[in-house]
Amino acid sequence: MSAMLSFQELIFKLKQYWADRGCIIQEPYDIEVGAGTMVAETFLRVLGPKPYRVAYVQPSRRPADGRYGDNPNRLYKHSQLQVILKPSPEDVIEQYMGSLEAIGIDLRQHDFKLEEDNWEAPTLGAWGIGWQVMLDGLEISQFTYFQQCGGIDLEVVPAELTYGLERITAFLQVKNSVYDIDWTKDFTYGDVRYNDELQYSVYNFEMADIPTLWKLFELHEGEAARLLKAYDPKSPDKRRFPLLPTYDQVLKCSNLFNTLDSRGAISVTERQMVIQRVRKLAVGVAKAWTDQRQEVAQ
Amino acid sequence: MSAVGLGFLLEIGVEEIPDWMIPGALENLRLLFEKLEIPHESVTMDATPRRLVLRADGLPSRQADSQEHVMGPAKSAPAQAVAGFARKLGVKPEELALETTPKGTYYSFVKKVEGRRTIDILAEGLPAIIPQIYFPKTMYWTGKGGVRFIRPIRWIVALLGEETVPFELAGVRSGNLTSGHRRLGAPEVVVTVEDYERRLRDHYVILSAEERRQRIHQGMQGMRVKHDAALLETLVYITEYPTPIAGSFDPRFLQLPEEVLVTVMRHHQKYFSVEDAQGQLAPEFVAVMNLDADSQGFVRSGNERVLRARFNDARFFWDSDQKKKLADRMQDLRNVTFQKDVGSYYEKLVRMGDLVGKLAGDADAQRAVELCKCDLTTELVKEFTELQGVVGGLYAKAQGENESVSKAIYDHYKPESMDDAIPRSRTGQIVSLADKLDTLISCFAVGLVPTGSKDPYALRRAAQGVVRILVEGKIEIALLPLLGGDQALIEFFQDRVRFYFKEARNFKYDEVNAAMAAGWDNLVDLEARLARIQNLRFTPDFEPLAASFKRIRNILEQAKFTGEAGFNAGLLEDGAEKELYEEYAKIAGQPIESVISRLRPKVDLFFDKVLVNAPQQEVRQNRLKLLFELRKEFSKVADFSEIVTNS
Repeated sequence: MSAMLSFQELIFKLKQYWADRGCIIQEPYDIEVGAGTMVAETFLRVLGPKPYRVAYVQPSRRPADGRYGDNPNRLYKHSQLQVILKPSPEDVIEQYMGSLEAIGIDLRQHDFKLEEDNWEAPTLGAWGIGWQVMLDGLEISQFTYFQQCGGIDLEVVPAELTYGLERITAFLQVKNSVYDIDWTKDFTYGDVRYNDELQYSVYNFEMADIPTLWKLFELHEGEAARLLKAYDPKSPDKRRFPLLPTYDQVLKCSNLFNTLDSRGAISVTERQMVIQRVRKLAVGVAKAWTDQRQEVAQ
Repeated sequence: MSAVGLGFLLEIGVEEIPDWMIPGALENLRLLFEKLEIPHESVTMDATPRRLVLRADGLPSRQADSQEHVMGPAKSAPAQAVAGFARKLGVKPEELALETTPKGTYYSFVKKVEGRRTIDILAEGLPAIIPQIYFPKTMYWTGKGGVRFIRPIRWIVALLGEETVPFELAGVRSGNLTSGHRRLGAPEVVVTVEDYERRLRDHYVILSAEERRQRIHQGMQGMRVKHDAALLETLVYITEYPTPIAGSFDPRFLQLPEEVLVTVMRHHQKYFSVEDAQGQLAPEFVAVMNLDADSQGFVRSGNERVLRARFNDARFFWDSDQKKKLADRMQDLRNVTFQKDVGSYYEKLVRMGDLVGKLAGDADAQRAVELCKCDLTTELVKEFTELQGVVGGLYAKAQGENESVSKAIYDHYKPESMDDAIPRSRTGQIVSLADKLDTLISCFAVGLVPTGSKDPYALRRAAQGVVRILVEGKIEIALLPLLGGDQALIEFFQDRVRFYFKEARNFKYDEVNAAMAAGWDNLVDLEARLARIQNLRFTPDFEPLAASFKRIRNILEQAKFTGEAGFNAGLLEDGAEKELYEEYAKIAGQPIESVISRLRPKVDLFFDKVLVNAPQQEVRQNRLKLLFELRKEFSKVADFSEIVTNS
């Protein structure tokens, strides 16, 4: 195997690999999300007929997965490389395998398997068909052919590739704890991120004020609903309508929901209802966006 | 037709198909091919995750020729008409024949119709049948409205003899190029019908599932691998070139319960577990790679690290779960919904407690009920949901609950299938019954009744579990009063009881109907009566007596006789009627087995000699009463009139 890659070198290599294949390289979106899929660069771009190729590293927050920095494999916030290829090229799996080789994994020496794993995001009204990618028994990626997003059957089927960057780096650097991986040759992942893990775990599990979070949830929900109601498909000026900011409000709701959930503030019954509330907004934005884009295309 | 048949090869190259769908898809493809009605000798089906393959021998190059008899103009017709007829057939007028019919003499011609070429039939048929292969969940990939299949089709090999069967499907043109193993083989490999399997092997694809199975077996020889047929099948169908490798883990992890270790290895990592010489779990595992060898040891060390991380997680969860005892988690269950219209798990526990009382459960059963759902709030069960119950049992034991309680918790989801055992102890059986009965009663109460194939709350399985525990646990308890008078639920149970004795226990359907007609409230008693009927059926008097009972039933039904009348022995006629009555009086109360040979001739004689529909109302009523009582007396084991007889 080639010289050991640091965490950031691995990211550089993957970004370069996908840039070479026509991807726009985006920086992370600046609102908290649970996964790269939720960012408008994926959620809204996969709608409609226009081809698109984009890659970005998205810090993905899963409040319930926080472990105070104690667990060597679980993180509140992990880094996900998200790649969208729309439409999906015929050799998409081959291209994906090539990206692993680009970071020094010789696939003739490693056990590579695609195991059935269909993806679904109920809060986004989105689902797809695909696999989890297994390398020597480790799940390193999720591979999905999107079928529906925001409750809309997609006109063009994109492939979504997501890489669990900490896992892959730990695998390549032969580290048993993500905190021990080298971010650079001088700094470990723990140096950079341990405080995030500890403090967000304390906040999410112990100190987040439930009534305040509910209030915030309702404020963002209200703002998104107000805007959606104001969208007029017949307006001659509708391309000016701020659907992207509307979607930001939906993302806020989604993250607050996850935080409330990790705080144990949502019973299973309520859970379904809150998911439906967020889903309704996401579906509303997707519908309006599709309408707005059609008009713009003409 | 050609003298020598042609070989046919169809390979549908697909991105990785979920392993469990492959055997069904192959069978489906075979049936669809047969529908093309192309004569052939043998058909062989094969598959790997990336290809569905059909090979057939002895196909004709074309269908048999046929003849068409065409009648033309009359002999008397003008020459132009005759020439026109010949031209249409593409022959000269002098080649036409003359044929005399009762209507006169006409020109005619026997036209040879060439059979269609097999290659044309295939080129038309294959693109039509391939998308019809059934998969439980399909996708589109060429765009909205495009072909649907399990995963994208990337190449198609279609060869008939030396020729390519030309067609296009989902933008893929058929050809003679297959693809080897994703990394050990070449992406494009030219094949013929003859060398196909060998060429694949050259490129590290073992086409035959049986051969892959054998290769895995051989690779594990000498290791004490725990047999696991289902896991083996999964591995056979997620690999093209399977090679087992052994790995090991830190023996200190053996302090974790075996159930947890095996679940991680089997369900999460698809590893076989290994035993030591004493049959105890060894700190080893076997993984199956889709690769020829692990020459650098990367695969082994990678898998070992993954397993270590997983075990560490499990240990982390185990330790942190111990910080809060099961008993202290009971209140948390108020926030865990069982079903939205039914309420929380806490409410379920309260109802289960009542049921345990009705089932005469002891204090241990009550304690087990209190704790049995508490593991739903633990990290370990959130991570390994398939271990619900098991984890609760293990935690209860670790937290000092007595063995009867911890065992009952451990077992209370059992039996989870027809093959699964029922809970080991009576306490466990009672808790399991209370759980399942409560699920059924409360779901039915809010209208969650299974319809057709839809049974999202697995209520059939729950009811089947109740039936099995009662029968196989020999629990003599009245079932119907527990069901709270819900008619739909009673009928639902009746079906499950019938299903169990017919399908799982192989009793004949009429025996089950007969025995259940005499009551099915006590299932242990029902089972005993069924066994008696089965034995009785071998005796010569059984079927004739059953036929007579059917006759009695019909007579009573026709007369609308409900049994209220009094009986007067003085009205009995001498002979057959009196004899039947005296016999009845003598044997009443005795088991049917010991009296059947005495009863049958008297019944036969009665029907032979006595007219039930006597002209005098009194006598008629008296006879009906005699038959009514007779039927009642001997229908305690079963309603014999339900038995299907040959007579």
